[in-house]
Amino acid sequence: MRMMKLTAGALVAYAALGGTAAMAQTELTMWYHGAGNEVELTLINQLIDDFNASQSDWSVSIESFPQESYNDSVVAAALAGNLPDIIDVDGPVMPNWAWSGYMQPLTIDESLIEDFLPGTKGIWDGQLYSIGLWDAAVALVTRQSTLDALGLRTPTLEEPWNLEEFMAALEAAKASGDYEYAFDPGMAWTGEWYPYAFSPFLQSFGGDLVDRSTYQSADGVLNGEAAIAFGEWWQSLFAEGYAPGTSQDPADRDTGLIDGKYAFSWNGNWAALGALAAHEDTLFLPAPDFGNGSVIGAASWQFGISSTSEHPEGAAAFIEFALQDEYLAAFSNGIGLIPATPSAAAMTENYAEGGAMSVFFDLSAEQALVRPVTPGYVVAAKVFEKALADIANGADVIDTLDAAVDEIDADIESNSGYGH
Amino acid sequence: MAAVNPDNQGLRLAVRYAVLILIALIFIGPILFMVMSSFKPDLQLLQDTSSLRAFLPVGDLSLENYREAFQRAPVRLFVINSVIVTGATVVLSLIVCSLAAFSFVYLDWKGRDVILSVILATLIIPFETIAIPLLLLVSKLPWIGLEGFEIGWLNSYRVQIIPWIADGLTIFLFVQYFKSLPGELIEASRVEGATWFQIYMRVVMPLSGPVLATAAILKFLVMYNQYLWPLIVVQQEQYRPVMVGLQYFFQLNTAWGEIMAYLTLITVPVLGFYLVLQRAFIASIASTGVKG
Repeated sequence: MRMMKLTAGALVAYAALGGTAAMAQTELTMWYHGAGNEVELTLINQLIDDFNASQSDWSVSIESFPQESYNDSVVAAALAGNLPDIIDVDGPVMPNWAWSGYMQPLTIDESLIEDFLPGTKGIWDGQLYSIGLWDAAVALVTRQSTLDALGLRTPTLEEPWNLEEFMAALEAAKASGDYEYAFDPGMAWTGEWYPYAFSPFLQSFGGDLVDRSTYQSADGVLNGEAAIAFGEWWQSLFAEGYAPGTSQDPADRDTGLIDGKYAFSWNGNWAALGALAAHEDTLFLPAPDFGNGSVIGAASWQFGISSTSEHPEGAAAFIEFALQDEYLAAFSNGIGLIPATPSAAAMTENYAEGGAMSVFFDLSAEQALVRPVTPGYVVAAKVFEKALADIANGADVIDTLDAAVDEIDADIESNSGYGH
Repeated sequence: MAAVNPDNQGLRLAVRYAVLILIALIFIGPILFMVMSSFKPDLQLLQDTSSLRAFLPVGDLSLENYREAFQRAPVRLFVINSVIVTGATVVLSLIVCSLAAFSFVYLDWKGRDVILSVILATLIIPFETIAIPLLLLVSKLPWIGLEGFEIGWLNSYRVQIIPWIADGLTIFLFVQYFKSLPGELIEASRVEGATWFQIYMRVVMPLSGPVLATAAILKFLVMYNQYLWPLIVVQQEQYRPVMVGLQYFFQLNTAWGEIMAYLTLITVPVLGFYLVLQRAFIASIASTGVKG
């Protein structure tokens, strides 16, 4: 009897204390693209635990997906009416999801994101839809010893190489006979890498994927004089033996620069620590200026709220909580990406002043250009990828770019201008 | 009569064996590469790809990739999920499709030939074309289970099993096989007073070992290799099968050794299933001319 009383007392106490506290929290669901990445999952789980413990209104639970198939899962779930409250979204894809009705505007205290890198802010139709804790950047990776041996000056943010200097550097590397190829653009990495990494070359020549003044056509920007100059230059990289083509071995893409097969490699900050570990004199140089300024891609994964969320205020509270420098720095230290704010960068090992990768923060701040902010980007990106692969394989530059323009324009037309 | 030249005969045999060994190596090569690579660190694995070392257990061998694979993804869970979904679908498919085929071959009912033609016509429809309509359908279907009544089949085993139970190919295999059985057996059973279900259970099915094995293996392979369907209908890790799980290993810096270890692990059930049924499978191919 005494035992029964004790048990009943304990149950009452539980209900009065922990039980009621737990019951009071409304559950929010969140989908994340990091399945299979132990470090990333540890960080996101810590963030969620901290948020859940910090207040009594909301409790976030996470479901992780493999990055490769994440977008397909979200689109399928949207069709089936099964989206969670909080989703993460790749920056350039966000306008498509917003336009398709998968996301709702993100209502947070915008003073919190004043200092955020431009590429981390997902703005569509004049409204904030998503915000990222980090950005990514690419650089021209090489070694100081390579520059010294080839007698090349070190380009800087203020004075990057121009087209002639860049090609002279490739020619010098090729003529040295020390490398299989002078330049590794990363042709083995298909998919989003092509528009992310290579459309900045096009933009530096003066072209673009689509006319950003109207977003209604690619005519004149993807097949104009600047784009044709870009296409011919791009083709010459492969035709003249400066770069490995579309049949590049993925293994060479991963280790070619480290192994000394390539003199220069176009690669992201996520591969920087590996390169530094292999060679202490590794350099991360700014993108060359092909005539219209140096440009690199911007925008990585960001948090947003699904259109079907019944608790957008709770989802926004979680996202605001995640924007603290503490978490920006933790993600940066954990997965090597660029923290979104200067104050968070100062808290990190690699992006603080003088840190091994601090140059990437400057590159992201100075050279980054977001990919075209339009729902049609997802189609334009695939068309661009195919066109660049075809040109690299010897297709006629003008015909290929004209065909790409036709395809992009037809898609825009069939979607009634994508709401622009 | 010309005498057989023993030298020529020996040479012919040697050439024949050489060709057979070459063909065997072409098929075994990728499996050998996968298994050997699963024991090598990434750097060595990539370096070995340019030589025959890729197929040999040489260099720095360890179980590290397996340890890492189990750490990166819930491998056991994925294998168990695939075995549950595949096993249930194979068993139910054999029952349902053989019953349907029995009806098409032995029972005389109106519209039989038309319906069989329609079922066979579904063979030419790629699954990708019906994936989205099917997704919309299953997301609205009702279900009564242990947890009561609910709407929607997403995130469950049933959504991965039920839509795949009946299919045109399996019905076609049974139809073809049942047609090859002696009609006198059925007639004799009818004369003896057996019901149609008794004939199905006691006469036809005991004679259908080869086609059961063939259908089971083909269905097993289809189900075990499922990717698109579970990708769009399952959003919870607890129900994910092995092929969706493979995506866990493709990160920014791909860990090839872990991928090979994972592939080796998930190949084991397939090889085991085939080895158990291979004799009946070969007998079926020999008797029906159906190729898998």
